[in-house]
Amino acid sequence: MTDVVIEDAGIPPREPEQTVTPIGRAHLPFRELVGVAFQGLRSRKLRAALSALGIAIGIGAMVAVVGVSSSAQANLIAEIDSLGTNLLTVSPGTDFLGNAAVLAPSSTPMIDHMLHVKSAAPIYQLSNANVYRTPYVPSEQTGGIGVDAASDNLPSVVGTTLAAGHFLGTVAQHYPEVVLGAQAAATLQITQVTGHVMLYIGNRWFVVVGILNPVKLDSSLDSVVFISLPVAEKLFQQLPEPSEIYVRSTQNNVTQVANLLPATANPQDPSGVSVSRPSDVLEARAAAMGQFTTLLLGLGAVALLVGAIGIANIMVISVLERRGEIGLRRALGATRGHISLQFLAESALLAAIGGVFGLAIGAGATEIYAAGKHEPFVVPMYALIAAPTVGFLIGALAGLYPAAKAARLSPTEALRA
Amino acid sequence: MSVELSQVTKEYPGGVLALRDVSVTIPGGAQVAVVGPSGSGKTTMLTILGTLERPTAGLVRVAGHDTVQASDGELAGLRAHQIGFVFQAFHLQESMSAVDNVATGMLYTGMPLGQRRELARAALERVGLGHRLDFKPRQLSGGERQRVAIARALAKRPAIILADEPTGNLDSKSGAGVLSVLHELGSDGATLVLITHDVNIAGEFPRRLHMRDGEIVEDERA
Repeated sequence: MTDVVIEDAGIPPREPEQTVTPIGRAHLPFRELVGVAFQGLRSRKLRAALSALGIAIGIGAMVAVVGVSSSAQANLIAEIDSLGTNLLTVSPGTDFLGNAAVLAPSSTPMIDHMLHVKSAAPIYQLSNANVYRTPYVPSEQTGGIGVDAASDNLPSVVGTTLAAGHFLGTVAQHYPEVVLGAQAAATLQITQVTGHVMLYIGNRWFVVVGILNPVKLDSSLDSVVFISLPVAEKLFQQLPEPSEIYVRSTQNNVTQVANLLPATANPQDPSGVSVSRPSDVLEARAAAMGQFTTLLLGLGAVALLVGAIGIANIMVISVLERRGEIGLRRALGATRGHISLQFLAESALLAAIGGVFGLAIGAGATEIYAAGKHEPFVVPMYALIAAPTVGFLIGALAGLYPAAKAARLSPTEALRA
Repeated sequence: MSVELSQVTKEYPGGVLALRDVSVTIPGGAQVAVVGPSGSGKTTMLTILGTLERPTAGLVRVAGHDTVQASDGELAGLRAHQIGFVFQAFHLQESMSAVDNVATGMLYTGMPLGQRRELARAALERVGLGHRLDFKPRQLSGGERQRVAIARALAKRPAIILADEPTGNLDSKSGAGVLSVLHELGSDGATLVLITHDVNIAGEFPRRLHMRDGEIVEDERA
């Protein structure tokens, strides 16, 4: 046993050693704070993982909602771009007396000759003709399929292609041939055109020579079958007034052409001509997709709130359990501020990690959705920054109360625990 | 560095009087045992000496600083740099190795981690645990754990070491080892105040303060 030689007997209460030595400050550099927070989480891995999961699910839901709608939106916009926004439709409106107007037969050549118009394709609706697979089908079972006479350039003007066969050609100008819209073909259950597929239209057999792909810019064309105008005039006494004219302008002059179309189609009464732009509908739909997500985002926010409460709850428990550690840290020179910062940092770090995992979950869900729908994979740039940031802020918020509680703890009481 | 209590009274909420009018001066480098039955105010006196608590009345000077008037930050600074604690319950972090536990003892001094680890290794060597640097507390015996805790207290070379029943959880053999380590610190010139209810342990100290019912009843010097 060592003998201690320090002798202090007889020293009066106010000895000269009483001079004040300067004391260093208590520090906790930021890097150390992060290390302490990581250490705190590492020592309770399962609990940390479970409470981060709450935040991850909330943020994952929100990222998925944003990602899925962005992907769908990007897909639609890409589709609009490929279809072109330069398609215009001219249709008869009402004249100044309120009666239904008609487009003059000369409208199509007039429009075709306009500056900046690339091509025009008229269709003529046959109101007195219906389509049947056989004459034995009861006449009222029309399947809702209309019959239109169309010019041979219709597919290229409306931006579609043929799924099978060919469109109406020169033969069709003299003989009964028919081309089916995509929906009409599905209704009639015709998938191919080989082997003389016939349809019974207005007391006559027609040969099916082609099936169109869906017309994305104007789906009303999908549930129609097309025959040529000469055949329509001969067999159904069809009047030569077009019911609708599809117009492709050059891309940069769409508005200009649209403004001139009524007067060109009907110089006597331009007000009886209505002009629309089918791509406007798709663009409105693309814009609406952004709006639709608000409700779902709200649901994600609820999940996030639950996650935040979970973190606050876990942190409160953690403070109670770690009273010994808190007391020790105070004894080691931590200020109240250091203690509260430590718990705040742990909580924020936990939720930020949850945010990063949430981003991964949301991006993964978006990828699965996009791959399944053959849509482009899009997660908006802001989500990459927002997900961990939102997590961090929520964690900091959730940690406020537990951190304050930890700082208020009396160190001696904590050490006794 | 000296520690001085002057007419210190500590009353806990509920009217429990833990210290009554205690006055004592412990000069720098002294080794003092505080002896007394449980509930006599030993631990309360230690926490007031260690600036973890403030007295209800009276004056406390640690290294010349009036700790009653000082701010939380100033007291924390004093503890971080000048005071080392050793507790009966060790208070080691289970998830950290011995070195990191000791290095954490200097966390709030603002020293960089590399330097803290270096000092921690040296301190562990000094308490005879050089071969246990990377052991987790659960891999160590009780006596070894307490020696890690002592290394944590002394690594920063504090002026004052306050030990509260450091051998209370240990068998007599481990306890003796821990005590010899603590005594050796005296050669550094650190002030050592040790609480014990074991008269034999107290007997090894040159000065013994006997406490009862919140008062120092005897200031015994060898």
